[in-house]
Amino acid sequence: MNENVEMVATTGGRKTRSQLGEVLFRLRKSPLAMFGLAVVLILIFCALFADVIAPHSYSKQNLSHMFEAPSRQYLLGTDEFGRDILSRLIYGARVSLQVGFIAVGIALFVGGLLGAVSGYYGGWIDNGIMRVMDVLLSIPQTLLAIAIVAALGPGLMNLMIAVGISAVPNYARIVRSSVLSIRGMEFIEAARAVGSPDIRIILKHILPNSMAPIIVQSTLGVASAILNAAGLSFIGLGIQPPYPEWGAMLSGGRQYIRDYPHLTLYPGLAIMITILALNFLGDGLRDALDPKLKR
Amino acid sequence: MIRYIVRRVLFLIPVLVGVAFCVFTLLYLTPGDPARMVLGDLATESALQEFRAKEGLDQPYLVQFGNYLYKAVFHGDIGRSYVTKRPVMSEILVAFPYTLKLAAFAMVIAILVGVPCGILSAIKQYSIFDTLTMIFAMIGLSMPVFWLGLLLIILFSVHLRWLPSSGFDTFQAMILPSVALAAQSISMVTRMTRSSMLEVIRADYIRTARSKGQKESIVIWVHALRNALIPVVTLCGLQFGHLLSGAILTESIFAIPGVGRLMVDAIKTRDYPMVQGGVLFVAVAFSIVNLLVDLLYAYIDPRIKAQYR
Repeated sequence: MNENVEMVATTGGRKTRSQLGEVLFRLRKSPLAMFGLAVVLILIFCALFADVIAPHSYSKQNLSHMFEAPSRQYLLGTDEFGRDILSRLIYGARVSLQVGFIAVGIALFVGGLLGAVSGYYGGWIDNGIMRVMDVLLSIPQTLLAIAIVAALGPGLMNLMIAVGISAVPNYARIVRSSVLSIRGMEFIEAARAVGSPDIRIILKHILPNSMAPIIVQSTLGVASAILNAAGLSFIGLGIQPPYPEWGAMLSGGRQYIRDYPHLTLYPGLAIMITILALNFLGDGLRDALDPKLKR
Repeated sequence: MIRYIVRRVLFLIPVLVGVAFCVFTLLYLTPGDPARMVLGDLATESALQEFRAKEGLDQPYLVQFGNYLYKAVFHGDIGRSYVTKRPVMSEILVAFPYTLKLAAFAMVIAILVGVPCGILSAIKQYSIFDTLTMIFAMIGLSMPVFWLGLLLIILFSVHLRWLPSSGFDTFQAMILPSVALAAQSISMVTRMTRSSMLEVIRADYIRTARSKGQKESIVIWVHALRNALIPVVTLCGLQFGHLLSGAILTESIFAIPGVGRLMVDAIKTRDYPMVQGGVLFVAVAFSIVNLLVDLLYAYIDPRIKAQYR
């Protein structure tokens, strides 16, 4: 970490790019991480171009084609309303990634800010913020998300807020510990000595140099956010029908599980592959960003 | 050691008050008039006023929280259900044994499968067994509990007809929900045991034990395992807390009448005192489990004992 910090601190933009190149080079050496990256890129492509690549509408009901098994017309079959499962999965990628990224964005923004302030100022500010985080950490994340959704009501936005807020303490802790390891370093003292305001020191010097653990945690955090959101939708507290969220699709198909298991099989598989890919990518990034594992 | 225990127990008090404050505030801010929810839409304004005065709902927010905390601590009263009209605590006490049994059973499975797999993986590092175990562990971590539950029902209840798909009263009925809930914990325990074991078997004292001519099985199972299991114990404790909350989804799939299902039903019927009570109860149970794990950790790790000597 410290080597990383010094390297970034003492070099200009050109070397920062070469550092990124080196991270990518190390990432490329891990086949599992590359598999993860490929799956994530495919999912992002599906999410962005769902309107173009989905063979059917995600919401159009066709009661003469209910519960159809996979066929040439409907590659993954149809659901209880005759809707194409493949199209719903493709649109579902949009919802899941949106929930994952925005929830992590919320957690990162709030948690990062609290962690940075806490670590930078120390003393009673640090103590106060961290005790509140301890309280939040003593409520299991799923349970906290459920309590927030119960208060806010179901829906996409509320789901993202609930999942995001419930993850805030994790990010606050990580950012705080990164800041603590950096704030005593010479280049921070130098910035302080030339009169940089605290906010500039935090945003321009400390946070960019604490990125490695934050990137790893965020990648794994997207996986956990998608999983949490799917769980909430599964028990009816997340995204409401007819919008195609994978957890909600699983929940809708469970009552037909005896006769039409394909209704639950594919959405579950989609969630699992996505989480697996993000976990592989997160693990790969952790290794690639760890200077101790260089060469 | 007693100083450590006292300090740790005292530290729990503000945390629990903080948890109660968060949960109370969250549901206090929820839109809707509790008086109208209890008395119904046809209640007169005077009846509503009388109810608010009786329940203290017309008091300032902090007074209401103080009353809530006082009643919870000294009378075990955490409100009354809007739907069943019964005390929340008595409803939760009926449901909690199911949740506890489910989480405990899942934990036992996670330890019985995860620890041996982790040890064997570490001993046979880079073997086919190690690779397969790590792949399965990663899949286990990525598999949603609600999907695994449904897959187990499709296979063992629908096709093979070996095990029931709902309930939790017989041993057979406990197998599927516990395995579904345990999957992620098995993966975490396996990974942690493996990495902890790999760290320990490279330690100097293990080399010394080997160079003394000690049998390899004794080196692994007696010298290495004892120290390698210390972080695993912590993980198991944390996992047990997560299993308590993870049980919410599992209970919903297998129709188990535990706290999780009680809460999900309560959210759907906007029975906020029940939601509040459920969250508070599970959070308190989670905190107590964490406390016990910390104490156990201090007991088995001589370094912590030494700090407080």
